[in-house]
Amino acid sequence: MNKGSKIATRFLLVWLLMFTLVTGMYGQQQRFPKPEFESGYAQPHTLTPEPRSTAMEWLDVAVLTAVMALSAWFVLCKRSRQGILWLSVFTLLYFGFYRDGCICAVGSLQNVALSFADPSYAISVTVLLFFLLPLIFSLFFGRVFCGAACPLGVIQDLIIVKPISMPSWLRKTLGLIPYIYLALALLFAATGSDFLVCRYDPFVGIFRMDAPFLMTILGVAFLLTGLFIGRPYCRFLCPYGVLLNWTSTVSKWHLTITPAHCIRCKLCTTSCPFDAIDRPTDPKVIKGSHDGAKRFLVYALLIPVWMAAGGFVGFKAHIRLSKANPDVYLAELLITHPEVKKDRDNIDVQTFLSSAKTMDQLVEEARGIRRKFKYGSTAAGAFIGLVIGMTLLNQVIFRRNEDYVPNNGACFSCGRCMDFCPVERKS
Amino acid sequence: MENDKIKSRREFIRGGARISLALAMGGIAGFAAAGISREKWVWQIDPFECTQCGRCATECVLTPSAVKCVHAFDLCGYCDLCGGYLKPNSNALSTAGENQLCPTSAISRKFIEEPYFEYIINENLCIGCGKCVKGCTSFGNGSLHLQIMHNLCVNCNQCAIARSCPSNAIRRVKASEAYLVKGDFTKD
Ligand code: SF4
Ligand code: SF4
Ligand code: SF4
Ligand code: SF4
Repeated sequence: MNKGSKIATRFLLVWLLMFTLVTGMYGQQQRFPKPEFESGYAQPHTLTPEPRSTAMEWLDVAVLTAVMALSAWFVLCKRSRQGILWLSVFTLLYFGFYRDGCICAVGSLQNVALSFADPSYAISVTVLLFFLLPLIFSLFFGRVFCGAACPLGVIQDLIIVKPISMPSWLRKTLGLIPYIYLALALLFAATGSDFLVCRYDPFVGIFRMDAPFLMTILGVAFLLTGLFIGRPYCRFLCPYGVLLNWTSTVSKWHLTITPAHCIRCKLCTTSCPFDAIDRPTDPKVIKGSHDGAKRFLVYALLIPVWMAAGGFVGFKAHIRLSKANPDVYLAELLITHPEVKKDRDNIDVQTFLSSAKTMDQLVEEARGIRRKFKYGSTAAGAFIGLVIGMTLLNQVIFRRNEDYVPNNGACFSCGRCMDFCPVERKS
Repeated sequence: MENDKIKSRREFIRGGARISLALAMGGIAGFAAAGISREKWVWQIDPFECTQCGRCATECVLTPSAVKCVHAFDLCGYCDLCGGYLKPNSNALSTAGENQLCPTSAISRKFIEEPYFEYIINENLCIGCGKCVKGCTSFGNGSLHLQIMHNLCVNCNQCAIARSCPSNAIRRVKASEAYLVKGDFTKD
């Protein structure tokens, strides 16, 4: 027998054997029994390289804590911009390029949201700490996390070339986006639909030096904008920044521009790339301030109206939003376009059709998720309404400022302004 | 004097707000503590759920994908005509490149003894497309299957493949048992 026909015979035999086996026992496990080797063949092992150990995750938590503690020491005691700069470089290298940007505090808020909504979702202690520690530090020392410990923040901070100042109305308006993003991120995470913040993280692709084309474009666009607009992601997108803003606003201690007393020399006014320095209140405004009471009342009464409007919009949007969930999307697609069932190239549809799941089960699941979206997006809408109302109310709240001071909520504790103050430190 | 009063009033309000925020955070921590785990979690493919759709090769944030084909040697029949190695309709019965199923020729075949052959995956070449897995699962023992290799995977907070897997085959597993290699675990 020549080689070709030998193989052909074996081929036939194998197929015959397979046919009997398959029809015989239905299912596919072990169609061909494992051979008994006579030549003393040693079977190799299936290689399963271990993941990074849990101990290393704790190291990350320790590094995060150390960086934030040092950062707080640099801005509050040492008053050293240099120190912050070097810490930023370290963070960029460690949390950015070495750790590939995952996990970060910004994304962790989704894990927390999901663990709230889905009791079966286990959140690891280290992830919870990544969420909580920066907020705790911010409650005591201001946003020292943003200043030197956030990889997303420092990559933008280190490339600021010529920051331009933005008018307050524009900053306030764009400043609403993070609230909307936060609300959506929580909604999507809690319904188990998607982790928006991770998916659209513009910098993680740069840290990994590997990303889909569009994400690379987005990252580069942010960096280019960041040359002239200080920290665009932090100020106008970052959802975690919202929480840090709240905690930092009431922080126990906070970076001060002057080491002693402000002499209103105005030297620091242009030092902040983020327009985060509040000026002393204009005396003319102080005079007119007592008319404010009526406006305050009106704006305060408008807040429930804003909330109701927001809730209504959120409710109206819930069907559209719920389509971000793959199950809802698939169910909807199959109902409205039954012809896709014939589309051989539609992997999702074909996989569903050949799975054991029935259409009724899918629809039932999709209904459940949509119900969650109904409440969730109404609440999210009401929250955004509340934020809009509060932002407007803030415009008429009168605050007396004596000196040039950092706005505790918006200040990233980067330490730049400290170097501009000519006042000597009290000995 | 009046300034001092304003200042102390402000301090008081801030202190109150600080305490309430601290309490809120404590609440979050306490609530989350219910579902807390001391383990680290990683992503893994359940080979019994996977339908070899091909997305593992394209959806991973890494190129090439962190998903590779692994071989559960215990389950392998050491077949000469391997459904994962050769194209089913290969016209000439030879092991030439054009007859191999794997687009990158990542599988090497070695003669052991008559009539058995060993198949080994070169992970550096494998792109995780699952073509061989499909072949092996439909015509053979299913000893080839896809797994996320944890020396490559960066453990994204949300695995990009898990999000788009049509079979929901990717789930989080404890880092201490990071693989779902066939034969070592059974479908529950
Ligand atoms: S530390 Fe100074 S320069 Fe930096 S963000 Fe705060 S106010 Fe602006
Ligand atoms: S995406 Fe899912 S079904 Fe497709 S190959 Fe990967 S694990 Fe298998
Ligand atoms: S066919 Fe695809 S999955 Fe199998 S070894 Fe080749 S590249 Fe890897
Ligand atoms: S977790 Fe990230 S790196 Fe790992 S397999 Fe999924 S997408 Fe790829």
